[in-house]
Amino acid sequence: MIFFVDGLLWVIALALGVIAASRSRALALASIREGVSDCIKLLPRIFLGVVGSGYIAAILPAEVVGRWLGADSGFIGLCIAVIGGVITPGGPVIGFSIGAAALKGGAGTPQVIAYTIAWALFAVQRLFIWEIPVMPPRLVWLRVMASLPLPFLVAAAAMLFGRP
Amino acid sequence: MSSEAPLKRRPRKAFDWSSAALAVAVFVSAAVVYRRDGQARFLEIFFSDVELFIDILPKVLAACLIAAFVAVLMPRDVVLRWVGAESGFLGIVIATLAGVICPGGPITIFPIAAAFVSIGADTGAAIAFITSWTLLGYARVLVWELPFFGGEFVVWRIIISIPLPIVAGFLARALMVYINRRRKAE
Repeated sequence: MIFFVDGLLWVIALALGVIAASRSRALALASIREGVSDCIKLLPRIFLGVVGSGYIAAILPAEVVGRWLGADSGFIGLCIAVIGGVITPGGPVIGFSIGAAALKGGAGTPQVIAYTIAWALFAVQRLFIWEIPVMPPRLVWLRVMASLPLPFLVAAAAMLFGRP
Repeated sequence: MSSEAPLKRRPRKAFDWSSAALAVAVFVSAAVVYRRDGQARFLEIFFSDVELFIDILPKVLAACLIAAFVAVLMPRDVVLRWVGAESGFLGIVIATLAGVICPGGPITIFPIAAAFVSIGADTGAAIAFITSWTLLGYARVLVWELPFFGGEFVVWRIIISIPLPIVAGFLARALMVYINRRRKAE
């Protein structure tokens, strides 16, 4: 599956490159140069984010998290879930693995959904490592503010519709 | 909202204070792991994360190239018409659908969103795009979420999440109107 996603990304990049080159060779070369230089500038951050997040995750106590997010922890549990999602390091695996562990450890489904959504939307480390360097800061803060209610909305919907 | 000037792409710095803060957190955590769990565990985490890093590299490069090409190729009038400040509800829905079908990870989505904003896409549409990619994007669900949570949980979470990008897009637009009004009042 991962190869398919990678492949599709490169197919899009190549197709755009061919279109650019067919318009003007110089335009295509300038774009490639810019893309490569952006990528090189991002590397130290991504290295730090990916290699470092494993250590941060390793010192987070998973069982304690499960207890805090118990099914009857109510609104406070939700708030803890959201804050927990915010401080969980970014990267593709950590939030899901902690969420899954918490679910097994007796956490409520709405709380775990709120946790994974908060983590996906605004894990602080990802915000600083990837988002702020790459996008205009104003766009980032607007996005964070506009997304703040979302984990709560989801948890409310989850409680309304009951457990799957 | 139409007074919104298109945002310029910022030059990127390789390292700054936010990276430095993270570096401190990483070094402290790594030291704790080393002392508490020993060298074997320390190296195990290191090698598995380096593997992940190498896995991510080609995706980052592809995304940066896509962003650079989009910035020069995408006709501005098309972007303005479909996802510009005047695009209304339809613009947010289009951005949401684009987020669902766009491949790649978070590092790939942010440069692409920034490229679209720099050529005239509306901030609300860009935020709907990012939110939709984050919550509904198939790549992340299939590769990462499904193995951890299983089908039932994931399907249920996605159904609940469907309206969220649209909510975030409209909230962002409302916030922009509010901020602009306050700025004018001052």
